[in-house]
Amino acid sequence: MSAVFARVFSSRLFWPIVMLLVLFLINVIAFPGFFSIQVRDGNLYGSLIDIVRNGAPMLIVAIGMTLVIATRGIDLSVGAVCAIAGAVACSILLGSSDPANPGVVIVAILAALLVGLFCGLWNGLLVAAFGIQPIIATLILMTAGRGVAMLITEGQILTVNSPPFKVLGSGFWFGMPVAVYIAAIIFVLAAVLTRRTALGLLIESVGINPEASRQAGVRSRGLLFAVYTFCALCAAVAGLILTANTMAADANNAALFIELDAILAVVIGGTSLAGGRYSLAGTLVGALVIQTLVTTVYTVGIPPIATMVFKAAVVTAVCLLQSPTTNEALAGFRRRLALRTGKGVAAA
Amino acid sequence: MTTATVSPAQRVTAGIGRTFTSPKYGPVLVTGILFIAIFVGGGMRYGNFLTGQVFLNLFVDNAYLIVLAVGMTFVILTGGIDLSVGAVVALSGMMAASLLQTGWPAPVVIATILLSTSVLGLLVGLMIHHFKVQPFIATLAAMFLARGLCYVISQSSISVTDPTFVALGVTRMSLGGGMSITWSVIIALAVVAAAVWVLHRTRTGRTVYAIGGGEQSGILMGLPVARTKVLVYVISGFCSGVAGILFTFYTLSGYPLTAIGTELDAIAAVVIGGTLLTGGYGFVLGSVLGVLVLGIIQTIITFEGTLSSWWTKIFIGALLLVFILLQRLLTARRR
Repeated sequence: MSAVFARVFSSRLFWPIVMLLVLFLINVIAFPGFFSIQVRDGNLYGSLIDIVRNGAPMLIVAIGMTLVIATRGIDLSVGAVCAIAGAVACSILLGSSDPANPGVVIVAILAALLVGLFCGLWNGLLVAAFGIQPIIATLILMTAGRGVAMLITEGQILTVNSPPFKVLGSGFWFGMPVAVYIAAIIFVLAAVLTRRTALGLLIESVGINPEASRQAGVRSRGLLFAVYTFCALCAAVAGLILTANTMAADANNAALFIELDAILAVVIGGTSLAGGRYSLAGTLVGALVIQTLVTTVYTVGIPPIATMVFKAAVVTAVCLLQSPTTNEALAGFRRRLALRTGKGVAAA
Repeated sequence: MTTATVSPAQRVTAGIGRTFTSPKYGPVLVTGILFIAIFVGGGMRYGNFLTGQVFLNLFVDNAYLIVLAVGMTFVILTGGIDLSVGAVVALSGMMAASLLQTGWPAPVVIATILLSTSVLGLLVGLMIHHFKVQPFIATLAAMFLARGLCYVISQSSISVTDPTFVALGVTRMSLGGGMSITWSVIIALAVVAAAVWVLHRTRTGRTVYAIGGGEQSGILMGLPVARTKVLVYVISGFCSGVAGILFTFYTLSGYPLTAIGTELDAIAAVVIGGTLLTGGYGFVLGSVLGVLVLGIIQTIITFEGTLSSWWTKIFIGALLLVFILLQRLLTARRR
């Protein structure tokens, strides 16, 4: 019994899941209909659906970010890449004579993804080829990227009207929001690709020691390139969803602070910023925690503007709970508890 | 010995070459030359550019950024980073505006702000040192907290009408020849002078450099690493508070959305000023030079008129890239 307890307790997903459950509990108390899901016009609606739908772009960015952080890197430029991707798609749609034509929409989406690809290659070039610290290498695109997005939109907020493009942000397939399917596909793709092959292991080895893994025959440079490119592609997809949701490209405010939310989701999910170990499932839980927290703030009736204070509290709590100092203290407490009950010693 | 074949002139050139290619002085010198080049270039292009007042206005307009960059230099010298400074500037402004509105006297308001931002820095420092939370995440939490508290105080702009603040913000001191500066410039320069003294003349300053050079070695040498590492974040918090007050003098209002992204400007100024992001190398005066370069790019864009403001961001990004590559080159050659 105590062995099971210890295993559950020491799991990296323990605290994030506890946090998620606590948030759910607060919501149910404040708003008894929290778990109810209605069907309207064959589509599902409800608080839980809202959480997964609104959380989808951030989760997509966080999946890419998880792999980057696993290589002991960080990508601060994702918000700017979102803005650039949205700007590219909107300017192509606006430039065409028939924005509602599915062909034009596909071209716009492909162009946005291509630009995202280039952003990723650029980050990869700086990090993998030039060996610049990731935080700084991506800071460059973070600073300049919004300027580039504004250059594309010529300083305007571009609003478009294109029903096929709108589907990406607020459409439904078989009752579920399209954005949720996209997030699920990317999540499964990343999980299968890195966990069903040796790729995840190689990424982790680069995170532990790039030089040692290079000497052991791992192509660390190529892996870094791939990881940053994947992250930027994820950001471009998230940017497309966000843009399609508002049907407007705002170079200044689109996806503002999404990089921070994504990093938080990754950290809450138990992936260490020191690299070398990552958990995509943790990131999923982390993203849900953040999005549920935002929803909780709304349902409990706290001014939504104070969300950031709560985010700060959650980050601090999770960081302190996961810190080595706390872990040692907890381990010491468990050992003393085991000694007192006597039986636990043999089990341990 | 081959010294006989080297003429004094050659030795001087070699010395200059070494200075340029040293990771310690190289980037600062390049930044200095870049600044002079932009200033002279601007003077050749625009009529009223090469004047003392344009130069002084760089200080007047960027006094708060200079103070922020000073605090950030301390943090980056130890190999850390502080993402909270922009939000703390906004929070200080909101605190100043709302406390003054409720009738608190100006000196008490200033003392309260400086105390609270220093305490916030202390908490961040303790989190980083004692709970081994990465500086990036700890200061990110502080940033969320400070930005959230801004909104809690008020969601709209509050104007500052306190006579002391207005006087400090508006009064210009004449330096003769039609040139003038504000009180903020003097305060900012005082902070810079204090920082230079602490970093180069005190035990604490040497410990800051030592932590950046290698924390373990610092501990083994018996330096007060723990205390200094926490202190660095207190200094950064204090500087953010001072910067917030200077920013309030400049804008005479508090608004929760101000200073978004200012932390990046401060980091960019420190990097362009030649401080190595891995810690250990750098000068406060280099960071001041970095702020001046960012300021003069802004001024050029204002003078040009046709170049839109988004070019500022692209230029700053490009400049960051150049300087980081330069640092990379200089440190690589040393090895």
